[in-house]
Amino acid sequence: MADAPMPRTRAGLSAWWWRHQRALTPLILLAPGVLLFALFVLYPIAESIRLSLYDWDGVAPKVWVGLANFTELFGDPVFYTALANNLCWLAIFLLAPVFGLGLALFLNQNVRGIRAIRALFLMPFVISQVVIGLIFAWFLNADFGLLNDLLPRLGLSPVAPLDSGRWAIFAVILAGLWPQTAYCMVLYLTGLTGLRPELIDSARMDGAKGMNLLWHVVLPHLRPVTFIVAMVCVVSALRSFDLVMIMTAGGPYNSTMVLGYYMYEQTFLSLRYGYGAAIATVLFALMGTCVGFFLWQLLRREQA
Amino acid sequence: MFPTPIAQVSSAARRTYRAALLVSLALWLLPLLGVALTSMRSIEDLNRGNFWGWPSEIKLVENYAAVFGDTRMAQFFLNSVLITLPAVAGAVALACMAGFALAKFRFRGNLALFIVFIAGNLVPFQILMIPVRNLALDLHFYDTRWALILFHAAFQIGFCTLFMRNFIKQLPDAMLDAARIEGLSELQVFWHVVLPLMRPAIAAIAALTFTFVWNDYFWSLVLVQSDDVRPLTAGIQSLRGMWLASWNLISAGSIVAALPPVLLFFLMQQHFIAGLTAGTEGD
Amino acid sequence: MRGVGGLAALGLALALLGPASARTLVINANTSDPAPRAAWTAAVAGFQRENPDIEVKFNVYDHESYKRSIRNWLTGGSPDVVFWFAGNRMRGFVERGLLADISPLFTPEVRAALHRPAIDLVTVAGRQYGAPYSYYQIGFYFRRDLLDRAGVAAFPRDWVELLEACRKLKIASIDAFAIGSKDLWPTAAWFDYLNLRINGHAFHMDLMRGAIRYTDERVRAVFARWRELLDAGCFTRNHASVSWQESQALLYQDRAAMMLIGNYIVANFPADIREKMDFAPFPVVKPGVGRYEDAPMNSLHIPAGARNKDDARRFLAYVLRADTQEAINRALLLLPVNLKAATADDRFLKKGQALLTQADALAQFFDRDTSEDLATIAMKGFQEFMIDPQRLDTVLATIERARRRVYKH
Repeated sequence: MADAPMPRTRAGLSAWWWRHQRALTPLILLAPGVLLFALFVLYPIAESIRLSLYDWDGVAPKVWVGLANFTELFGDPVFYTALANNLCWLAIFLLAPVFGLGLALFLNQNVRGIRAIRALFLMPFVISQVVIGLIFAWFLNADFGLLNDLLPRLGLSPVAPLDSGRWAIFAVILAGLWPQTAYCMVLYLTGLTGLRPELIDSARMDGAKGMNLLWHVVLPHLRPVTFIVAMVCVVSALRSFDLVMIMTAGGPYNSTMVLGYYMYEQTFLSLRYGYGAAIATVLFALMGTCVGFFLWQLLRREQA
Repeated sequence: MFPTPIAQVSSAARRTYRAALLVSLALWLLPLLGVALTSMRSIEDLNRGNFWGWPSEIKLVENYAAVFGDTRMAQFFLNSVLITLPAVAGAVALACMAGFALAKFRFRGNLALFIVFIAGNLVPFQILMIPVRNLALDLHFYDTRWALILFHAAFQIGFCTLFMRNFIKQLPDAMLDAARIEGLSELQVFWHVVLPLMRPAIAAIAALTFTFVWNDYFWSLVLVQSDDVRPLTAGIQSLRGMWLASWNLISAGSIVAALPPVLLFFLMQQHFIAGLTAGTEGD
Repeated sequence: MRGVGGLAALGLALALLGPASARTLVINANTSDPAPRAAWTAAVAGFQRENPDIEVKFNVYDHESYKRSIRNWLTGGSPDVVFWFAGNRMRGFVERGLLADISPLFTPEVRAALHRPAIDLVTVAGRQYGAPYSYYQIGFYFRRDLLDRAGVAAFPRDWVELLEACRKLKIASIDAFAIGSKDLWPTAAWFDYLNLRINGHAFHMDLMRGAIRYTDERVRAVFARWRELLDAGCFTRNHASVSWQESQALLYQDRAAMMLIGNYIVANFPADIREKMDFAPFPVVKPGVGRYEDAPMNSLHIPAGARNKDDARRFLAYVLRADTQEAINRALLLLPVNLKAATADDRFLKKGQALLTQADALAQFFDRDTSEDLATIAMKGFQEFMIDPQRLDTVLATIERARRRVYKH
């Protein structure tokens, strides 16, 4: 195409295009992405919410029930178990930034090969949750698992966490904590290596060191990292599905049920599409509140 | 630098640190090491309970051959490739375009649209599940690779656009204006000036998106059914039943499923981490 | 332009021709797995050969699309033949008037050739609405050698012998029953059989239809018996995290002796274990109760709105024939419903056929006989009960609440 200035005497379509292309180009560039996004993300959200107002088995005609699904949901003990499990997940996942920071501090040295070691520490994050679920399911298997092979050697009695109504959920969350910590570690590492050296040096000269230095100087400067990391941990905890599906299928008897899996089960196994959509709507509202809070904070930073 | 650089401390401390590094790495990756080790064992070893010791016979080749030969793992692997690559290409291409539009043009709704893209990426999959599935069934692409390609391309646009927009925003306006004065149209500016500069960002986001799409399990459950089309994540879970308690085969299969993102990650470490940590630099 | 004119002429010609002269038969199937797909393609080819003037279109769909689309097919744009399940799944459509009455196909000869309970499963209010073609048995698959080792001479024939066998196996450090309850439905097999053996077929079907409360004394009696087995430690422990496939390993590794499961387990027997495995029906629990079995059954149906009902009926008659059923079931390793059809030469199938043909009545399986929604909740309850029998009251209350919601009374 031409590198010389365009003649201004073009006729018809070309001239119109040249007059408006500055304003139209963003629309053209955005159109395919926005359309695809609207079709597969925005429209489904609205449609799911609408569906939650119906009773539908996926096959028969939809029956309007208004808010009946929600009324039933709020009286459903399984819903509360799932909600409690999600919140428990959330609480434990907030340990991930703490452990991640600890690992990052540990790895923030310049010895030979540290780059490779850091990469290896990040590995759990790169692996699919399906594989992680399989690994932990096998590890914790009561009859064939590695854990129950190890424990007697250490003088302890074997355990069956995935069969226990009380402990199964913690086993599943633990499996999720592993990759989550790796993610937090990598973010904190980048934050740490990005710290201005003068900052640390001047604080040291003022006599600060160790925990003091960490708490009063380093952490405040890592606030953007903590912000993102906290948001991702919250989102992951509320979104959880893969690990529950692979390790326990919500069992034993609903003790590891989470909202994400409950929705899937109600829709596909119990064939209650409307009820499933209601669960999804509640989950969406819950996540929306958390994410909304984070986005509002992000917006304030953007505009600052 | 924080904590105190190890170079400034005694050499004894330095040696301790290096030892501590290796020990902690071994502990951290213990589950993976266990799986890798088990994938080399024979089934007799496992039945005898020899989990942690050195395998009595190395059946590395046999196990991996069994994984590919007796099952449809090769097909699952191929499906994963055929789904992930186009999805990533689509998402990245659309994100470059959208990112440029959002970063360098002022128009009403710019920020709102940007927020929509971010928010859309943070929704739980479950709120999308039923309508997307119905869409696939109605438009007859249910149980085809296209279902997954289209969905992932569409969904990942959110995250990719966020990243691209932030990256492009940092490009100096002066460069773009110079090109405009030369007479280039906006589209040409995009193609000839902006895109070449975006290569590192494209590498970063492509690596990350590849990992997310390759490792996805939920949507391969919802949108796809037959073995012909199933990707690795759903495939390996479905093979679990076949392999019963043959944990050596399950381990080998898991390693195969995990390998591509791990390899890609090692090859593109810098880009990967850049993609993850964009926007988190300290102030 | 020339192209459009030519097209218009062609269109006019086609319109003038009127409806197609060849008869077409459209069959929609959900037999997407490799073995069933091949078996049915062969069967359809056989029908085509016998009826060269009919053009048969055999469409195969994956299970999910099929389940969703079948309702659309039954209400508009119907194919001529559809695959579905006998029993309550079929009844749901019959009650909505969506399936054609095919009672004329069940001539006295056909009735004589078919297993009577199979006919019952496709009958609603005295009329037939489906053509059953295969079913399979559910029972105990057990290691004869392990029972011998524990001193159990013959497979238990009644409750007392069952408990005794369990006790002897425990002394020999072998669990009596292998079970994996992670997928829930293996627990339902136990419920089904205990209920059929204690309360009989009529009661069981009424319960499935939601006509009886789960808090009923007779239902509690089932759980009381179940509890005897649980208290005696007859089941493998830690079953909640194990799928049925994974629990099979316990049978093959000499850690458990028996498993209550369907005939599909046979395909998984390792070569050296196969000769040691045998099959036996669920023992008598209460003397005097009839012989009832679970036997999930597949069938063909004609939508009420089908266009070519004549040829559809012809196809169903073809499928009901002994030779067709023999060929299909030989390939699928299932049992034909036609009594004159020979089963594949497999000792497990032969035992299953003997069992089912002598049964007084058949049920399908818990999760096919009752609503899917109730089934999921109930099966979780069964799992919970198996892990902690003390919680029976809570379990039954939960299932009863669901029953009232689903069946609305």
